[in-house]
Amino acid sequence: MSDNGQPLFEVQNLKVAIDGNEILRGVDLTINEGEVHAIMGRNGSGKSTMANVVMGHPAYEVLEGSVKYKGEDVLDLDTDERARLGMFLAFQYPMAIPGVTVSKFLHSALKARAEGGDVPVREFRVNLNKAMDLLGVDPSFASRYVNDGFSGGEKKRLEILQMFVLEPTLCILDETDSGLDIDALKTVAEGINALRSEQRAILLITHYQRMLNYVEPDVVHVMMDGKIVRTGGIELAEALEEKGYEWIEQELFHDTDAATAAEAAQA
Amino acid sequence: MAPETEVNRPELNISDDYKYGFHDPEKPVFKAEKGINHEVVEQISEIKNEPDWMRVFRHDALDVFFSKPMPNWGDVDLLNAIDFDNIYYYLKPVEEQGKTWDDVPEDIKNTFDRLGIPEAERKFLAGVSAQYDSEVVYHSLQEELVKQGVIFLSMDDGLIEYEDIVKEYWATAIPPTDNKFAALNSAVWSGGSFVYIPKGVVVDIPLQAYFRINAENMGQFERTLIIADEGCRVHYIEGCTAPTYAADSLHSAVVELFALPGSHLRYTTIQNWSKNVYNLVTKRAVAHENATVEWVDGNLGSKLTMKFPCVYLVGEKAHAEILSIAFASDGQHQDAGAKIYHVAPNTTSRITSKSISKDGGRASYRGMVKVYPGAVGSKVHVECDALLMGENSRSDTYPTMEIAEEQVQVEHEARVSKVGDEQLFYLMSRGLTEEEALVMVVNGFIEPFVKELPMEYAVEFNRLIQLEMEGSVG
Ligand SMILES: Nc1ncnc2c1ncn2[C@@H]1O[C@H](COP(=O)(O)OP(=O)(O)O)[C@@H](O)[C@H]1O
Ligand SMILES: [Mg+2]
Repeated sequence: MSDNGQPLFEVQNLKVAIDGNEILRGVDLTINEGEVHAIMGRNGSGKSTMANVVMGHPAYEVLEGSVKYKGEDVLDLDTDERARLGMFLAFQYPMAIPGVTVSKFLHSALKARAEGGDVPVREFRVNLNKAMDLLGVDPSFASRYVNDGFSGGEKKRLEILQMFVLEPTLCILDETDSGLDIDALKTVAEGINALRSEQRAILLITHYQRMLNYVEPDVVHVMMDGKIVRTGGIELAEALEEKGYEWIEQELFHDTDAATAAEAAQA
Repeated sequence: MAPETEVNRPELNISDDYKYGFHDPEKPVFKAEKGINHEVVEQISEIKNEPDWMRVFRHDALDVFFSKPMPNWGDVDLLNAIDFDNIYYYLKPVEEQGKTWDDVPEDIKNTFDRLGIPEAERKFLAGVSAQYDSEVVYHSLQEELVKQGVIFLSMDDGLIEYEDIVKEYWATAIPPTDNKFAALNSAVWSGGSFVYIPKGVVVDIPLQAYFRINAENMGQFERTLIIADEGCRVHYIEGCTAPTYAADSLHSAVVELFALPGSHLRYTTIQNWSKNVYNLVTKRAVAHENATVEWVDGNLGSKLTMKFPCVYLVGEKAHAEILSIAFASDGQHQDAGAKIYHVAPNTTSRITSKSISKDGGRASYRGMVKVYPGAVGSKVHVECDALLMGENSRSDTYPTMEIAEEQVQVEHEARVSKVGDEQLFYLMSRGLTEEEALVMVVNGFIEPFVKELPMEYAVEFNRLIQLEMEGSVG
């Protein structure tokens, strides 16, 4: 619970469309401070859509529902306002900003959050170097242009680096594990673990269980067709790994059958 | 960029003694009038006490100006709106110079404020004070240069003190017949710089025209001549990022560069004329064997700028770089580009042209690359990068390539892009406002240009772009 007794992050009955197609069809999700959740789901099930909508991407249309952060509905806030409240998304496909160095980018982002808009350069440098060191990132990283000509793994590391420097309270990581070799995955996972804290909530979006071996979630959700269809513990991820998504589809199919049968019986 | 010492001087009066060089106590008080004719040209030459060949040159050039039609290409509508009869072609009469700070438009004053331009400098930039003097800084710099044999004078003084050198090179790269505006400049030129760098001399710090700037130097028809002797190395920089307020609407400069064998000559310009100004400039360089010429050119202000820095690669292995950036917002047309002539074998060139058109602004890239027969082994690389923002902004490229030699390598890339929603979303998700995000993308876009500028210019340039971008998010 956050100060006002509300969950840190709460999504209720979220329905979202893009270009007239309904993609999220009523998502419910609650994450408390200190918790790590994972959302698993096949490609196209709506995971990134949810992450983008939570962060306020302008292309999506919210049809229904709410997204609350510290008890406040954020759907009317601009993306940057949400960011300054402490929400963060590590992108599945981070954008290149040619001509802007990582260091300049991060310094500006910090200044945007700082009260009075001032972050002394020296202090910033020290923090950045510390974070790069922790993540095993080469110091030359700081003077490269943001994601410009970066390998897949470098992009993901930069996302985590940003998370380290910006210290958000709600961290949503969209497929941060994909495209990483095992060593890179381990460093990134160490980074995420280092950020686990009593005050912070982390949401890992992934379609492999692999990452969850290194960052153990408290709660695992399965998303399918724009809905969260199962919620459980780490055993849910393990079962998925073993039996695949078809297993849940089967179960859902039976559930629907049962529901239809019940309806038929009532009629 | 602000000099450490400022010396207040009375406003330049045409009957005052000139600061450098010659004195002429009997000098007639100039009766300026609007419009252009042989009498005006004669008066200018007389006041400057010029050698006779220059007087004749001016008169001949004026005839060329009269005989040449207006260009029938480019922004013809805007060009035809120039009223040649309603312009002063030399310093204005003293009473008209007595413009006061109150006459300076509010938006220009605000920009000075935001840029933190010092008081004395503002007055000069706004055209209120005719002279912005930084004698002490300039003179200590000058001493150092004199020791190395470097000549760095106003063009007027250069002509008097080094007539032989001037005469040898004068108008050999840009004859008055080149174009109508070069002819006009040749007839009425005043101010500008004369620079000579002796053989093998390396000038470490950029020569800044700013340090010896005066009313004429910022003038309408300045004329610059730079000779880089064999094996020397020099960077000349002119202009400034602060908006330069000018009541006169026509500015037409001529710049000639000569890079002798093995020399390295860079010429940087940043111009930010107020938005009523026509800025029609002819710039040309001749690069000899193994020489490198670099034009670095930034154009922000003006109503219409037409500027196509040019390099003639006449010696084997000569190299040219032309790097330019143009920023056009509503009501502006930046018609910029580059011209390269590969005359000798194994010559190389690279053109990088970047433009930003915003809120209905218009930017054009007009380029000419010509490879002459016999220029074997030459390499050409042209890159045009346009960024469009807001409604009705426009960007055009008009590249011309005439390649009369087979064994050459020519590359041309052109890109037009818009600032993407995804880029903005990414930056905003880190806490930047939409406007900050936009400025960041734009600053990144111009970074290849800005990183070539000396530090203090780079900082100001970025700040200025930021100001230009303000209010661009609705
Ligand atoms: N910008 C978009 N335009 C059109 N369709 C989209 C867009 N983004 C996502 N979709 C569609 O929404 C569905 C869910 O996509 P997404 O949220 O990316 O899934 P996931 O992240 O789980 O792989 C897919 O069918 C995808 O094609
Ligand atoms: Mg996805």
